[in-house]
Amino acid sequence: MVVSDRERKAGSAAPAGKGRRTAPVPAATPVVSPPVPPGRLLIRHLLGLEGVCREDIQRILDTAETFKEVLDRPIKKVPPLRGQTVVNLFYEPSTRTRISFELAEKRLSADVVNFTASASSVQKGESLRDTVKNILAMKTDVVVIRHPCPGAPHFLTRATDAIIVNAGDGAHEHPTQGLLDMYTLWERWRSFAGRRVLVLGDILHSRVARSNIWGLLTMGAQVAVCGPATLVPACLAQLGVEVFTNVDVALDTGVDAVNVLRIQRERQSSDFLPSLREYSRLFGIDAARAARLRPGGLVMHPGPMNRGVEITSEVADGEASVILDQVTNGLAVRMAVLYLLCGGQAPTASERESE
Amino acid sequence: MSNRSTFRAVAVIAGGRVIDPGSGFDGIADVIIDDKGKIERIERPGRDRRHDRSSGAVLDATGMIVAPGFVDLHTHLREPGREDEETVASGSAAGVRGGFTTLCCMPNTEPPIADQETVRFVLDRALAAPGRVHPVGAITRNREGKSLAEIAEMVAAGAVAFSDDGAPVASAGLLRRAMQYAHMFDVPIVEHCETPELSAQGVMHEGLISTKLGLRGIPAISEEICVARDIALARETGTHLHVAHVSTAGSVAIIRAAKAEGVHVTAEVTPHHLVLTDDWVARDFDPLYKVNPPLRTGDDVMALRQGLVDGTIDCIASDHAPHAEQEKDGEFDLAPFGVVGLETALGVCAKALIETGLADWPLLIDCLSRRPARVFNLPVGEIKPDAPADLVVIDPNEHWTVTPERLTSKSKNSPFYGWELTGLLRSTVVEGRLVHHANGDPGRVLPS
Repeated sequence: MVVSDRERKAGSAAPAGKGRRTAPVPAATPVVSPPVPPGRLLIRHLLGLEGVCREDIQRILDTAETFKEVLDRPIKKVPPLRGQTVVNLFYEPSTRTRISFELAEKRLSADVVNFTASASSVQKGESLRDTVKNILAMKTDVVVIRHPCPGAPHFLTRATDAIIVNAGDGAHEHPTQGLLDMYTLWERWRSFAGRRVLVLGDILHSRVARSNIWGLLTMGAQVAVCGPATLVPACLAQLGVEVFTNVDVALDTGVDAVNVLRIQRERQSSDFLPSLREYSRLFGIDAARAARLRPGGLVMHPGPMNRGVEITSEVADGEASVILDQVTNGLAVRMAVLYLLCGGQAPTASERESE
Repeated sequence: MSNRSTFRAVAVIAGGRVIDPGSGFDGIADVIIDDKGKIERIERPGRDRRHDRSSGAVLDATGMIVAPGFVDLHTHLREPGREDEETVASGSAAGVRGGFTTLCCMPNTEPPIADQETVRFVLDRALAAPGRVHPVGAITRNREGKSLAEIAEMVAAGAVAFSDDGAPVASAGLLRRAMQYAHMFDVPIVEHCETPELSAQGVMHEGLISTKLGLRGIPAISEEICVARDIALARETGTHLHVAHVSTAGSVAIIRAAKAEGVHVTAEVTPHHLVLTDDWVARDFDPLYKVNPPLRTGDDVMALRQGLVDGTIDCIASDHAPHAEQEKDGEFDLAPFGVVGLETALGVCAKALIETGLADWPLLIDCLSRRPARVFNLPVGEIKPDAPADLVVIDPNEHWTVTPERLTSKSKNSPFYGWELTGLLRSTVVEGRLVHHANGDPGRVLPS
């Protein structure tokens, strides 16, 4: 029943920003079993970027580009998710990610329900399973979940039949953030080959870092990671990244883009750091450090920024900064993810070129 | 009087391969049981047993292994407090199905087993249990880690060892006093070795997998520092320290060195730590793989197996920890630690040790019976005249698949569903009574 639903949705999903579309053709030589028509995602849920194949990521980037064009139109709404209900299930305070998802869902004409639970209600009261069963009893198709516990979205895939999108699960992954970071780079670079990205800051607690690492490695970029030794998790190098604890040394290796992570103030009180002042001096990106990026180097930040701690205002508002582009791209990427997971197809290479 | 008298008496276990690690005996023999539930003698097989005793079954053990009943030094029976998860009776029933004729139950109940009334309560409940049950008392009052519990009173009531299980005694000063005090009664101090400030609310082993999953890690040194500290206290006080559920290669090395030096230290390992690694947590964040100490790496698993085989680790203990389904079916971070293990212990250990060629049946049986009995000074675990007739009959060639339906524990939080295990518990005898038999009525008469 789920499969046939997806088939139906796929048939009705008009490609955004495109006039026509070839009908889905069964693949002559299936790459996977069951065969997935070209342009569709192999993944059924977006739980993380670990293990997501290059083709899927490229399909999402290609589709995001199509949607980004929609966002520049006077009427910014397209119909593919009409009649479908998306629940935004947020167990953690989040303003920008929730708004970005909500707007993306509305731009796709989905019906949107927001469920916000306070952090304390995770510990007591109704269990996650019961909450989700209740919400799905109202016939919802997609659940976007933000939760402080790693693996909560994976649990939902066991407990429900809905399509699950991870909007951040503890320190595990934040795949749409990883994708929008990658889209922001890809928009400029068009290829990750030979590119080197530095992820900087509190790696231990960062879901953004993990999603960036997996996605960028899959797409063929080199990834360097840098942070205080207390905030670099065990065995990190085994993921295939270079690990630094000195940002100047890391920058000297030649960096095309630095993704500056937010440093949480509570890391100081829990003795990961002696002071934010010292962090800022050792790891903060200021103009002098930004100037040591490779020519055309980019500065990213997932937000919200602590200006003067991990990044100076001069850099955040400067030439190299693509921080506001990330926000706009987040909308396009989330539209692409929802559209593709609900059965839509990515544009083919020839369609992209015909633009 | 225990309700064991309602079970059928056994007169003879005939024709099996009798393995008694205590005497080193390993051969085909008949075990004759007297009408007081004790072993009368072991003798050559083949005699017609029909008229030995007017009452009592004759179990045909041809093709089977006959061994001392298993002794578990580390069981959570949840009574009093969480009778929805397990009771003394239900846990003991699960135990005898897994071959455990003796269970030593940990004091992290509600209220904790931390005074003589609660020790007596558990022993009273044990009258309705098919197997033997010995309470382990808390080291500290109310298991709060602040002041000494009435250890002597609990010894008098029947506690066989002392532990604040679930947590170590965090204060080295208090643990030193506890060891000095316990030494007067010759009872072991059992430590759950963990350094709280190093575990820091961790939920799995700290390493590559915790890094991938973003779950808070419990580093190996959290255990090893506590093992080293406790061994230093055991060395100084001369008190017998028993290290519960050893999980790291580093701990094995520390214990090996301490034993070589003559410190009175013993140790146990769980079946799940002998076969599972932290990679299993990466399977969908399933809380069924959440245990404390956490599942470690492949290198740790190999060191634990080696430590058991070379005697550094004395015995296998289940750490049977029943949890209600709803508590183990949710977010990994929020689920309680622990898995049930009484009914799968034999097959899982056979997989870890026998199927790998590291050990033979006599050694595995020793680790499950005589060796743990000696650690807690319990008068069981051997097949010899006048010893209690606590025996198991194992079909070493029978395979079975673990399913929730096959487990009788009140809780079903096993990490081994779908595993095919070798070695089926055919019969379990406690005090000469047939408390478990896999295939219905065992019959009276031997085939001629």
